[in-house]
Amino acid sequence: MTRMPYYPGCTLKTKAQNYDLSTRAVFRELGIDLVELPRWNCCGAVFSLVTDDLLRQVAPITNLIRVQELQGTDSVDDPRLVVPCAMCFNVLKRANARMKDNPEDLKKINDFLYLESQPYRGEVQIIHTLELLKEISAKRIKEQVKFPLLGLKVSPYYGCNLLRPKDVAIDNPENPTLLEDFTQALGAEVVFNNRRLRCCGSYQTVSEKGLVADLVYDIIMGAARAGADLIITACPLCSFNLDWRQKEAMEAHSDHKLIPVIYYTELMALALGIGNGFGGEHFVDPQPLLQKFLEKEKGGI
Amino acid sequence: MNERFLRIKRIVLGPRNREFSKKVEELSGETVNLCEQCGTCSGSCPMVGEMDITPSFMMRMVQLGEEEVLESKTFWICASCYTCSVRCPRGIDPAKVAEALRQIKLRAALDFLDISKITEEEAKILPQIALVAALRKFTG
Amino acid sequence: MTQDLIPIYIYSRKYYVPEGSTIITALEYLGFKLKKGVGCKEGFCGACASLYRLKGDYKLKGGLGCQTVVQPEMQIVQIPFVPAPKAVYKIEELQPDPEIFVRYYPELYRCLSCNTCTKICPQELQVMDFVQAAVRGDFEQVANLSFDCIMCGLCSARCPAEITQFNVAMLARRIYGKYLMKKSTFLEQRLKEIESGKYEEGYRELMSLSQEELKNRYFQREIDFQIT
Repeated sequence: MTRMPYYPGCTLKTKAQNYDLSTRAVFRELGIDLVELPRWNCCGAVFSLVTDDLLRQVAPITNLIRVQELQGTDSVDDPRLVVPCAMCFNVLKRANARMKDNPEDLKKINDFLYLESQPYRGEVQIIHTLELLKEISAKRIKEQVKFPLLGLKVSPYYGCNLLRPKDVAIDNPENPTLLEDFTQALGAEVVFNNRRLRCCGSYQTVSEKGLVADLVYDIIMGAARAGADLIITACPLCSFNLDWRQKEAMEAHSDHKLIPVIYYTELMALALGIGNGFGGEHFVDPQPLLQKFLEKEKGGI
Repeated sequence: MNERFLRIKRIVLGPRNREFSKKVEELSGETVNLCEQCGTCSGSCPMVGEMDITPSFMMRMVQLGEEEVLESKTFWICASCYTCSVRCPRGIDPAKVAEALRQIKLRAALDFLDISKITEEEAKILPQIALVAALRKFTG
Repeated sequence: MTQDLIPIYIYSRKYYVPEGSTIITALEYLGFKLKKGVGCKEGFCGACASLYRLKGDYKLKGGLGCQTVVQPEMQIVQIPFVPAPKAVYKIEELQPDPEIFVRYYPELYRCLSCNTCTKICPQELQVMDFVQAAVRGDFEQVANLSFDCIMCGLCSARCPAEITQFNVAMLARRIYGKYLMKKSTFLEQRLKEIESGKYEEGYRELMSLSQEELKNRYFQREIDFQIT
């Protein structure tokens, strides 16, 4: 077991517990023990884009100090911080880069955080769970698959925060293949949705539900036209919008087709044979589809 | 597009215009004068249909230092998806310009979002990440 | 007995007070009439919250007036009250779900994790840590970390996100106590014993004692700290 620091983020502790639990289970199966940071705090969810508001960069940096603290103990082998939430990943990685590029800013923040046990030194490396899976390699994942997801038509959805802007992108921002490669390794059929990189509406969901529902309709219908049974995501906010805003999309568009949305780690857990019971609240329940699939698989063996 | 922004008018550039452009440039860290009005950002924007002026129009107004741009809802509709940021052929980040305009409003204590209006039904389902993000973008 | 006098500033005016005074005793010494901003004088009630700066230090500090000893050239102001929204609810109708924070204190999600609240807290609580625990719906953590909160309000006065940390924590502690905390079997057992009249005779005996006898009994009592 390789132990690595792990930052779950607020939503993975509440509305997206299924993402947290399935991520830990999947990596444990692949030989990686995710060690949750002690006393971590909310990263801020969105990276502040203006030049002069260092206060909004404090939250991600405090978390990176927690990583340093953990590295100083004997509880991790690989020092890189693993982040599954796409939005947290974007914020942490960009804040980290900003500190590296602006030592003056880092000094100001360290002065401000005088109660901390140590200043941030700007050396923590941040890695997204999908990048970690890429390192483990699709080949090794394929070897560990117990129930190949034969015949399941899966449409990967990337959203924004993993691919844009370029300097934080985990893959080619205009033509990524990470989720596709890995879905294929699980034995599922990848269907191509040409809306897979389109924004789901993000935080507009709080005040502009209808607008988000229209975007979601467009994305879901793209997947439906491609023949998808299921959509996979790596972001709790994409997941929420794509799933729950189908209610409004359905009310506004009579031809809307309901498609369930799950996290890629849940799909992986299914194929690796480590479970289907990670809970999670859904508007479009994926269980009928997944249950039917499991029965077919088990019947065949 | 909102008629208010479309009407033809004579623009006289004075020191106040330059001051406004400079303020946005300082806040965003972007050189707005690099924009050559090609429209790639507007063509790429997933939210453009809901906006009263297009992102490239917003950039033009900032170039000219027209403070009226602050009355547009374009930068509030922006969801920070960074599609324009990766595609701009001039290497400008219009998402940062939109953030600068939001900050100018928010720093004048003009909040865009009233959190007390979130219904009980929505409170039950909204994930933390949506609330934190919206409050950071829409309240000062 | 003569005591050395030291200079301090109260509401920016210079006064001389005996060395070793607390903020409250200094105010009393100077003849201020304290109608607000003073309470138990034992560091428990949180009514005497004060802000101060020490000479040569840019840091704005918070302390309880009754517990903070004045130092030469210290600048002091009392903050007896901080306006705060307060949730009104029937606890029986609430669920231990983070949704209640969205309903009653949605500004909670504006937290910038700047730690300013922790820096000012006179009780030296990890205020930001419990605010963050509330953000992720961890009621137990909020209850444990905020247990010693005396609701002085300094955190809220300093918060750039305008959160009322102390009221959020109070709501969380109530929910935790009502729905999540392990119930104490001792308490229920003892309540039953009291209701069944087990201690009636003992009480009657105590009531009949003279003051002198009561004092004797008090000092001779056995103290058992083994209770867990």
